[in-house]
Amino acid sequence: MSLVKVMDQEAIRRSIQRMAHEILEKDKDAKKLALVGIRTRGVVLAQRLTAAIKAIEGVDVPMGILDITLYRDDLTLVATKPVVRQTSIDFDISGMKIILVDDVFFTGRTIRAALDALVDFGRPAVIQLAVLVDRGHRELPIRADFVGKNIPTSKEQNVQVILDESDGKADEVIVED
Amino acid sequence: MTWKHKHLLGLQDLSRQDIELILETAKSFKEVSSRDIKKVPALRGKTVVTLFFEASTRTRISFELAAKRLSADTLNIASNVSSTSKGETLLDTARNIEAMNVDAMVVRHSLSGSVFILAEGLKCSIVNAGDGCREHPTQALLDMFTLQEKFGRIEGLKIGIIGDILHSRVARSNIWGLTKLGARVTVCGPSTLMPRGIEQMGVEVCYDLKKVLKDSDAVIALRLQKERQQDKFLPSMREYSRLFGINQAKLNEASSHLIVMHPGPTNRGVELSADVADGKQSVILEQVTNGVAVRMAVLYLVLGTKTE
Repeated sequence: MSLVKVMDQEAIRRSIQRMAHEILEKDKDAKKLALVGIRTRGVVLAQRLTAAIKAIEGVDVPMGILDITLYRDDLTLVATKPVVRQTSIDFDISGMKIILVDDVFFTGRTIRAALDALVDFGRPAVIQLAVLVDRGHRELPIRADFVGKNIPTSKEQNVQVILDESDGKADEVIVED
Repeated sequence: MTWKHKHLLGLQDLSRQDIELILETAKSFKEVSSRDIKKVPALRGKTVVTLFFEASTRTRISFELAAKRLSADTLNIASNVSSTSKGETLLDTARNIEAMNVDAMVVRHSLSGSVFILAEGLKCSIVNAGDGCREHPTQALLDMFTLQEKFGRIEGLKIGIIGDILHSRVARSNIWGLTKLGARVTVCGPSTLMPRGIEQMGVEVCYDLKKVLKDSDAVIALRLQKERQQDKFLPSMREYSRLFGINQAKLNEASSHLIVMHPGPTNRGVELSADVADGKQSVILEQVTNGVAVRMAVLYLVLGTKTE
């Protein structure tokens, strides 16, 4: 088993910073903008993006947390049910521009579940996707709007994102064979 | 933390971790019930049957709503219209329902332990909604959920259970659950309605209601089951109410942060006076709200384990 570090703390910081700029570039006054992080690490990334947007433009963008467990398409296939955690979106998403945030973009099935979950809360004007790592191998016709880093992988490899807030270790992205 | 049980027959059989997992999962489902669209697709395509051989409104509706909010299909069968009134046995009735490819059966029956017969004889998941005087696990779970919400913990809480302990499956389930989670439970009621040897379940017995009220963080008043009093356990309802009914005057002598719970339906003026049932310290309606969340969690977990 080999471990390759593909992003370090600085690279992650710069990526988040750039994505925050890109988000604002596309939506200048950010009036209708809101971020929704997908548990677990998407939440951390959404928090950092929200802070970066605040630092750049001085606007407070609302942020929500989404747990997609109940919307997974493999619930009947797994042997034991995954632990369900709380969703918390305390603003009305209808008419908003929602940016979904996740750590690793792989098959696209998590995002499909997140879209289903999100529309149960209202009808956003736009939903876009921001991910720290896009590793390819999509199984659904879904693409990301903001990407931190494209990392070519084989399907068997495992991509691990480690973030200080969720893992208690220094930020890094590792590809595992 | 993973869930390994196919059935929920009682809290006696669960570990502390199991109970904590249900309570934790229920938090997420409470949020689902607060949405505009109160439905998630987690149990899409599953069929849940409620099979009730005893009268019930609250529990049955609560289970039905729980299943529906998880997108399962539901079917309700009450004893007076089922074939048991034509002489069919419990197991036969259940097997026939199961033959229509049912995934879970929520059962209430007047016989203690009847759910074990079903769990052994059927392939689908069985959820106990009350079996005789034995257990009513989801009621105890929603009581614990409510306590956890109110106090932020269960460990170390002092809980009084008041009333007809002898016939109460709610009391038994609560005793199993609360003691496993580290609460100190005191039972209080007329000596004729106090089961002998109840101390062996890890509870204290006290016959003085005022003392229990004074010493507790929360009390669970049990419904006086009038249908089970034909054997003259009590001299009169009035005497029961005077000694073991909770009214505002008795509450005023206890701590103002004491909360009053009741599994319903309440006999107003018997175990609780109207001003207490509707008062600031009562959380009876919150218990009902939490009941749906807890039952969603139970159905979700029980239907998740693969059936071999």
